[in-house]
Amino acid sequence: MREIEAKKISNTIKDLCIQANYELSEDVLKALKGALKQERSANGKEVINQLINNAEIAKKERYPICQDTGLAIVFIELGQDVHINGDLIKAVQEGVAKGYTEGYLRRSVVGHPFNRKNTNDNTPAVIHTEIVPGDKIKITFMAKGGGCENVSRYQMFKPTASKEEIEKFALETVDQAGAAPCPPIIIGIGIGGNLEKSGLLAKKALLREVGKPSNDKDTANMEKELLIKINKLGIGPEGLGGVVTALAVHIDTAPCHIASLPVTVNIDCHAHRVKEVTL
Amino acid sequence: MEKKIDLPLDKKTVASLRSGDKVLLTGTIYTARDAAHKRLVAEIKKPPLNLKDQVIYYCGPTPAMPGRVIGSAGPTTSVRMDGFTAPLIKAGVLGFIGKGKRSEEIRALMKKNKIIYFVATGGAGALLAKHIRSARVVAYPDLGPEAIYELKVVDLPVIVANDIKGKDIFEEGVRKYRKK
Repeated sequence: MREIEAKKISNTIKDLCIQANYELSEDVLKALKGALKQERSANGKEVINQLINNAEIAKKERYPICQDTGLAIVFIELGQDVHINGDLIKAVQEGVAKGYTEGYLRRSVVGHPFNRKNTNDNTPAVIHTEIVPGDKIKITFMAKGGGCENVSRYQMFKPTASKEEIEKFALETVDQAGAAPCPPIIIGIGIGGNLEKSGLLAKKALLREVGKPSNDKDTANMEKELLIKINKLGIGPEGLGGVVTALAVHIDTAPCHIASLPVTVNIDCHAHRVKEVTL
Repeated sequence: MEKKIDLPLDKKTVASLRSGDKVLLTGTIYTARDAAHKRLVAEIKKPPLNLKDQVIYYCGPTPAMPGRVIGSAGPTTSVRMDGFTAPLIKAGVLGFIGKGKRSEEIRALMKKNKIIYFVATGGAGALLAKHIRSARVVAYPDLGPEAIYELKVVDLPVIVANDIKGKDIFEEGVRKYRKK
């Protein structure tokens, strides 16, 4: 049994909050540079140039990439041969609180949906834990902005629904979202599972390296085709018109009930703040 | 070519702007997002600041690091403010800065009242912060990032999205690049 101090987890989370919000990931930067070559609209190019410039200012001069520093989402894959000395959940929340306060990040969480009183340290984070074989802990941190989460959608399809119907739903979702989620966006789609599994599948699909195709050949083809169709919508960077509306489409599937075909389309903005560490 | 504009706006300047124009704004603007709008509209008969001829920036910045005036400060989604926009126009606001398309109703209202709507690049909060020279909370400090800040900006880069003729950059841009 490997021992890991809760404090170590807390410090790791704190660092991830700060790193994710100040340093645009290499995969996103690479995708933006690719988009710049592809984009034909002058406004679209201008936006992408600003975003690349913005990432440099953020990193060098220490300003968060975006003022919406997000709701903290923490995915933990906990090896079953690990023993944590201390309270895991408390450690995660403390790490988020420290990261957001000491890192000068915006506190964007209210304690109740109706009284809307700010919790002042961006907690609670949404935490997803999973027990896996081994003696390591993999922590993936995501800072998820409100604008792109707001336009994400879920629908229960008939089990006989075609792939085309699901594609149409994804296209409609992106089209209706327009400029709101800050395109060029990254799209995570969860197909299958049940109500809660579908949402989690979509969110986890976003965690994949930007543009890395699914391991499943058919799914990878669907990702590729859907990306082409989405970019034909013409929404473009910041919705000003252009050929790059999305940087990537990631799809994950799961088994489901014979009566069901749940689908979630989760959209992420171009800041796409995802960082992971294995302890 | 960018047009340099000094704030506060006047009707003549607003009338001269066209959808798609690149503009650099210099002067005072006020931040307000969802929670501030809700309060501002509730108190619109006696607002905590004079709104006449002002520009409202839909923004909730990150906290300033020591020695800095502000943190990251980009725009938030404008359409969420649409339900609160009419009373602000009535109170004299001449322009708004945000991101994304407005509802048809608000576009019609802006056209009728000769109001200008600018967009700044969403997610370019670090770049935009560099154009902010001072920031102070002028209302609702208890709202934290959602308080109303008075910002002094220099050459803040924005694009005209909706002009007084009713042209819309989003509709025109998307139409141009949409493929069937």
